[in-house]
Amino acid sequence: MPANIRPEDILMPTPAGVCCKPGGFYIDPTRPVEKALITHGHSDHARAGHGAVMATQETLDLMRLRYGENFAGTTQAVSYGETVTLGGARVTFHPAGHVLGSAQIAVECNGLRIVAAGDYKDVGDPTCAPFELVQCDVFITEATFGLPVFRHGDPDGEIGKLLHSAALFPDRAHLIGAYSLGKAQRVIALIRKAGYDQPIYLHGAMETITRYYERRGIALGELRAVRDAKKDELAGAIAICPPSALQEVWSRRFPDPVSSFASGWMRVRARARQRGVELPLVISDHSDWDGLTATIAATGAPEIWVTHGQEDALVHWCRQRGLKARPLDIVGYGDEDESDGVTDGKVDGKSAGDTP
Amino acid sequence: MKRFAELLDRLSYEPGRNNKLRLMTDYFRHTPDPDRGYALAALTGALSFQFAKPNVLRTLITERTDPVLFGLSRDYVGDTSETIALMWPAPLPRTRSAALTPRSGGEGSGVGGEPVLFETPPTPNPSPPFAPRMGGGERTERSANAKLDTSVPSLADVVATISTLGKAQLPAQLARWLDALDETGRWALLKLVTGALRVGVSARLAKTAAAALGDKDVQEIELLWPGLAPPYTELFAWLEGRSEKPSSSDPAPFRPAMLAHAVEETDFSALDPADYLAEWKWDGIRVQASAGTHGGRRQCRLYSRTGEDISRSFPDLLDSLRFEGSIDGELLVVREGRVQSFNVLQQRLNRKTVTPKLTAEFPAHLRVYDLLVDGTEDLRERPFAERRARLEAFIERRNDPRIDISPLIPFATWDELAAARADPAAAGAREDADAVEGLMLKRRDAPYVPGRPKGPWWKWKRDPFTVDAVLMYAQRGSGKRSSFYSDYTFGVWTVNDGEEVLVPVGKAYFGFTDEELLEIDRFVRCNTVERFGPVREVVHERNRGLVLEVAFEGLQRSSRHKSGLAMRFPRISRLRWDKPPGEADRLETLEALLDTRAASAVPNR
Repeated sequence: MPANIRPEDILMPTPAGVCCKPGGFYIDPTRPVEKALITHGHSDHARAGHGAVMATQETLDLMRLRYGENFAGTTQAVSYGETVTLGGARVTFHPAGHVLGSAQIAVECNGLRIVAAGDYKDVGDPTCAPFELVQCDVFITEATFGLPVFRHGDPDGEIGKLLHSAALFPDRAHLIGAYSLGKAQRVIALIRKAGYDQPIYLHGAMETITRYYERRGIALGELRAVRDAKKDELAGAIAICPPSALQEVWSRRFPDPVSSFASGWMRVRARARQRGVELPLVISDHSDWDGLTATIAATGAPEIWVTHGQEDALVHWCRQRGLKARPLDIVGYGDEDESDGVTDGKVDGKSAGDTP
Repeated sequence: MKRFAELLDRLSYEPGRNNKLRLMTDYFRHTPDPDRGYALAALTGALSFQFAKPNVLRTLITERTDPVLFGLSRDYVGDTSETIALMWPAPLPRTRSAALTPRSGGEGSGVGGEPVLFETPPTPNPSPPFAPRMGGGERTERSANAKLDTSVPSLADVVATISTLGKAQLPAQLARWLDALDETGRWALLKLVTGALRVGVSARLAKTAAAALGDKDVQEIELLWPGLAPPYTELFAWLEGRSEKPSSSDPAPFRPAMLAHAVEETDFSALDPADYLAEWKWDGIRVQASAGTHGGRRQCRLYSRTGEDISRSFPDLLDSLRFEGSIDGELLVVREGRVQSFNVLQQRLNRKTVTPKLTAEFPAHLRVYDLLVDGTEDLRERPFAERRARLEAFIERRNDPRIDISPLIPFATWDELAAARADPAAAGAREDADAVEGLMLKRRDAPYVPGRPKGPWWKWKRDPFTVDAVLMYAQRGSGKRSSFYSDYTFGVWTVNDGEEVLVPVGKAYFGFTDEELLEIDRFVRCNTVERFGPVREVVHERNRGLVLEVAFEGLQRSSRHKSGLAMRFPRISRLRWDKPPGEADRLETLEALLDTRAASAVPNR
């Protein structure tokens, strides 16, 4: 690491997000700012009302779909791997493997490179570009699942559980709660990969984004709107809805529904029970503990900044390994139990109070 | 073990009673003896393993993982067994996708296209006593584990092995099983050996599921139950119609206790005073004294409400149990003819050795209120009024100073009874009134029914004390409240060095509704001023903070608390969003209570 510059001179953690003074921008700011670089389209990272927004084309499209045409003053699309000079900083977007269009943002200044990974996962996902490892001097990692109890396992095995249950209860509908950006489309793609070729039903709040995924060339098979279906048609069917809809009157249109939820939180029993979930599916778009620790080690970064989630455990782990590590107290990426895109609820026209 | 683990897993997620029953009955039908019997024992809480204590498990996991990470994880998950099951390091090489091919750096600290990956596994322990989990290629944990299924023990193996193992051998055996099982299996094993299943199944529900196997009424199993032992092969043989109904050979068995519901003010309009008899509700320990002879063998025992044999803790009472039959009553400490408060009784409890000094200072006494068996005659099907008359005759014949009868409270209307409840001393309890915690109402015509049937018995407790206190700290709860801030430390105002400060006076973790829990949880998260691990300090100033109305049953001096006071049975009775913290109660208010009923007969040590 160059000795003449401190990482904090390049990226400064503030309560509103990480601020790059030499480049004159913020990354994923939680309040409106003049210039924002956005890692991905989830609403706790991508907010409306900034002056200028730079992001991947997909992230910009998704923000437009969610917030409308005027979500920002101006926009600039960046491709993965393209380097842009902003003031005294050079900025490159790399795939984060989290959801469609998600990026890690590498900021270089005076020979020092900091990577703000946003949300990321290091396992395969048929609906987005795979995570790309970037060597760096400082790695800013998320810690949503930053405890060693979180091991997500094999998502195909979880889909197997779902299809087994669907075969076992042909009279019941299977309702899967899934966040509307990313998780829903990934779950559908995984179901297709497992060979299920029946129509899959969508809650209204899922349609816009799912159709966008299809327009970007991600094949999801035959999809139908729940609102157009009759009750008996839904017996034995699989339907995807926002997690909040599982408990709502909306779910009564299904025959004796099995309540399911696809989330990394489902690894912990109490989380599933508190939500009244009968068929928990451990499928996450975030790295699990092994993924976080493996990635941190692989970046080669001697200094790690940890944000949103279980910072304490990951900071402890880094320090045990002789890495310099600090938690970033950035408010607004959802409280510890409310991440994983729960704030997406707003976008689905639901309240964000989707507590565990 | 695998099937049992699957059963527990499904039960833990199944909210519906009928579906739970179906799952259990199905398991009993398709699982052979003796496994199903041990499963029934586990579900009814009839298994206990002497050496499998939580600290044994904690030692096992902290030998294998970083204790700090374990602590943080345990706080988060809210369940030690589940945390261990999830964190237990898989013994097989574990691999993940090769997505982490590093990109060659620009002018940064690149490593040239060298595919450098982590060489050492990211396990928390730098020199782990187990094989590394990282290799190359695909994630193959599931399929690799499947090969190990042959070494997975049966439920009966587990029970038999643990019961015979000594304390020193247990940890290594548990570790071998944990290595062989998958996450669900590990969780089920740990739940089994520690005896806390927490899958939302009561003992009665499990027995109901077993009864359904033979189309029997659960009541029949309840009556047989005390004479049965795991793995219940004769019970299942009878349920499946392959043999006669089993009979009990224990001369002094426990008869499952009958319990009461709390009566609400609104219940009275539907109740006729003429149908009921009333007694004092004594603040002691509910016990059952049973004695009898079977095949020349004489036996007498004192049981707790749950059927635990507590005879050894009360040797001074055993001489008085030279009768044939079974009595239901309250264990109290009586000094010079006067019943002592629960605070005094408490000093006799949980002692490892019961010395003559202890029994002399805290003499045990039985105050009885029901007769279940007279000689060899089972009276439980008889109406209460008849049992009561038999009891009076029975006690009179005994003429034992250590056993007396709990008197009836005369009343004609509910108002008269309410007056007795408000002033027990004047209504006949006289100087024993300090040990009265309310009233019991029992229907004259009610049989003695195990469990808590609604209607025949009601308890009507005295009004609790209440105090308005300020929330100071909140801690994450366990079990189904895991992740919610549900344990609250609260304080009242006092003057310290000339300054108004809050001093903690107690901790409560129930009394609120689920909705109120959500409200408090939100308040805690939005008003945290500091974090200490799982505990958060929340704002508590004169104008900012949350006032809780706390109800409690009594108060005693305590040198262990900064306030010098300890509350008995504190719970949150109301949230006072309307009240500014500055108007909460003061320590002096509580201290004044020390001189009243709240602290009556406070022990002088």
